[in-house]
Formats: sequence, C-alpha cells, structure tokens
Amino acid sequence: MSQVTMTVNGKTASGDVEGRTLLSQFLRENLKLTGTHVGCDTSQCGACVVHVDGKAVKSCTMLAAEADGATVDTIEGQAEADGSLNTIQQAFQDHHGLQCGFCTPGMVMSTAALLKDNPKPTEAEIRDYLEGNICRCTGYHNIVKSIMAASGQDVGSIAAE
Amino acid sequence: MYNFDYEKPSTVADAVAALGDEDAQALGGGQTLIPTLKQRLASPTTLVSLSGISEMQGITDEGGSITIGGATVHADVASNGAIAALSDLAGNIGDPAVRNRGTIGGSLANNDPSACYPSAALGLGATIVTNTREIAADDYFQGMFSTALDEGEIITAVKVPKPEAANYQKFEQPASRFALVGVFVAKTSGGVRVAVTGASEEGVFRWSEAEAALNGNFSADALEGMAPDADGMIADLHGTSAYRAHLVGVMTRRAVAACS
Repeated sequence: MSQVTMTVNGKTASGDVEGRTLLSQFLRENLKLTGTHVGCDTSQCGACVVHVDGKAVKSCTMLAAEADGATVDTIEGQAEADGSLNTIQQAFQDHHGLQCGFCTPGMVMSTAALLKDNPKPTEAEIRDYLEGNICRCTGYHNIVKSIMAASGQDVGSIAAE
Repeated sequence: MYNFDYEKPSTVADAVAALGDEDAQALGGGQTLIPTLKQRLASPTTLVSLSGISEMQGITDEGGSITIGGATVHADVASNGAIAALSDLAGNIGDPAVRNRGTIGGSLANNDPSACYPSAALGLGATIVTNTREIAADDYFQGMFSTALDEGEIITAVKVPKPEAANYQKFEQPASRFALVGVFVAKTSGGVRVAVTGASEEGVFRWSEAEAALNGNFSADALEGMAPDADGMIADLHGTSAYRAHLVGVMTRRAVAACS
C-alpha cells in the first residue's frame, strides 16, 4: 500500500491504495464519490470519464497512483456553488438528454471537456467527440441536442428524428 | 487484476534501473496494458510508470524532421500538425479520453497488429530511439506483438522525417475502433513507402509491389486492380483474408488519391 494525495473537486483527498487500485475504484470506494460510474470496465463505455489535470480520461483505465498529485474533477463537482445545476447539466435536463441516467456522469464530463476546447461544436463534431461514450437508452439524439443547447446554439438546427 | 508494486521514476536512467528486474514491466498510458492486466494475461511484479519522465514528453520540430518523446500522448501528436498525416492518424486513435492517456512509445512497444502508429512509423521511415540505441523502423517491427526491443529497453523518442506528401486511410473495425485495415502512404525523398496495418498475420508490413508501381507513377491509377496476396492475411469474424487483401488495395488507392 502507498499513499496518494490528489485535489478532487477542489478539496485535498488522500488515501492508501494498492498498485492495482484504479482511479475509478479510489473515487468510488475510498472517497465515496459514486457519481463516477463503472459500466464496462474495459474503457469502451465512458461512464467513468473524469478530468485529470483538465483532460478527460477513463478512470477505469488509469491507476490511482498515476493520479497522485493531480487535480481531479468528477461529476460531483459540476453543480454551481449553490447546488443548482450547471449549464451542461441543466441542458441535459431541459432536453431530456438521459433516460436511465447511468451514462450521464460520463456524458456530462465529456461534454465539459469538449466545450472547453471547442465552445461551439457542430453536430458532427459532437457526435465524433462522443465516440467513447455509450448510451443504450436515448439513441444519442437528445444528448446531442443537450450539448448544442449547452453551447448556446440553436437546437432546431439538428436533423429531425 | 493481480496486484503489483508501482514505481514512478523521474529519469530514464532510474526507469531502466527499475526495469532491471525481469518481472518488471514498463507502463506508458496503460490503455492496452491495464485491460490486459484486468484479464490476467500479464502478471508483472512491478509496474514502472514512464509518465513522470519529463525528457520523454513533447514534440520538437527540427526542420526536416520532428522528434516525439516516447511518453507523448496521442492528443498532443494530434494537435501538433507538423506532419499532417501523422496528426490525423493520432487524432483518430480510439476516442478522446483514450487519446489523452495512450502514448506513441507504448503503442510502438506493443506493436499490436491492428494499431495505427506502427504503419506511420514504418510508412514515414521513422527511427525508434531507445535508452541504448537508434533502430530504423524497417528493422524494428518483427511480427505481431514482436519488436527489436530487448527486455527492459525503453522507447525514449521517435524521430520522424517530414515527407513530401503523406496520407493515412483507416477502415475502422467499428466496435474496437482499431484498424480492420489501415494504409499509410508516404512520398519521401527516398521513394514511395506504403505501410499496411491490421491486415497481415505478421503485423505491419510494407507493400513493395505497390511501392514499385507508385515510384513509376504516383497516382491511384497505377494501382488499378492490385491487391496483395490473401495468403497470410488475418481471417477472423470481422473479415476473411481475401476481404482484407482487397481492402488493402482500396485503402492504398484512397491514400494515394488523398496525397495529391
């Protein structure tokens, strides 16, 4: 066991981990931040996406030890200080960008990473960026709408269902 | 996953020392190694992370060539643009989150027969720089998952000469996003190079018949009707060997057309 320390959602967090402890496991089991979901555990589905030093990564395919000293942001840190939904979260609610909600933490974190680099993505760029995030409910259409809305763009420009 | 010790050296020398133990294994971005460990297909006693070695990070442009640190992630190669075909290739590996972790050194050391990077290294005539020597790409790839690297040898950088023109065409296996067939075509001062990944049971290879035809006439028409022999091509549930051989011809023609 060795100790890791990281800044998670703005707060310092430490814990003892084994070499094999995954970042997803550390967040969920040590820090009880269970908003980061583990869907496939094979880096296909993207439900576990968090930001490490500002970059979207699949936390099921990164060792906790690799994040020692890093800044980690998870879905729990996305809401505004008063607890209200942030722009992306609100857009997902407004445009019904989720059904069961399992993939949503990863979708929101991937969206945040996309909009940081590309504040006004096209529909094609959104669909391309979400290649590593799988949703089995929505057919993606309302997720794409939500992201168009979150980036302040006209949702009506998306092709009709 | 079986447990292991984890070390994160900050210099190449310390990493080489840590890899001296025969059951130690280098860890690049882990995008292949961690899934492999989860399946218990490997059981190193120690993982030596290469992510803390600053001298293995980043890309430098030397005019006629670029040098990419072995621990440089795909996303950084994708955003560099000094060799457009290489950046396009890197920007289509896996998905954005995978590209933020996976490294060029890790990909080349693993030499997956369906990975994209081996075709770029071979197609561009890159030089693989390790802690002990420099290896020409033509000598480096030695078959599926097999390379010229010795035990404990680390890819510290990759030197890539700039081509006159180059393009990579990937026929994606839609579930894994690896190349069902990928072809990297480069027009270089030393002639045309055509490197094929995803197709052969021997891993990445140069399609010499296509190179000869393209050296005479650099156009897709020069390859009309050509395909490599289907013998030795991978056959699996995604495609037969004949299908893959046919795709090599198609993707090569597309890559040549996109060069001009």
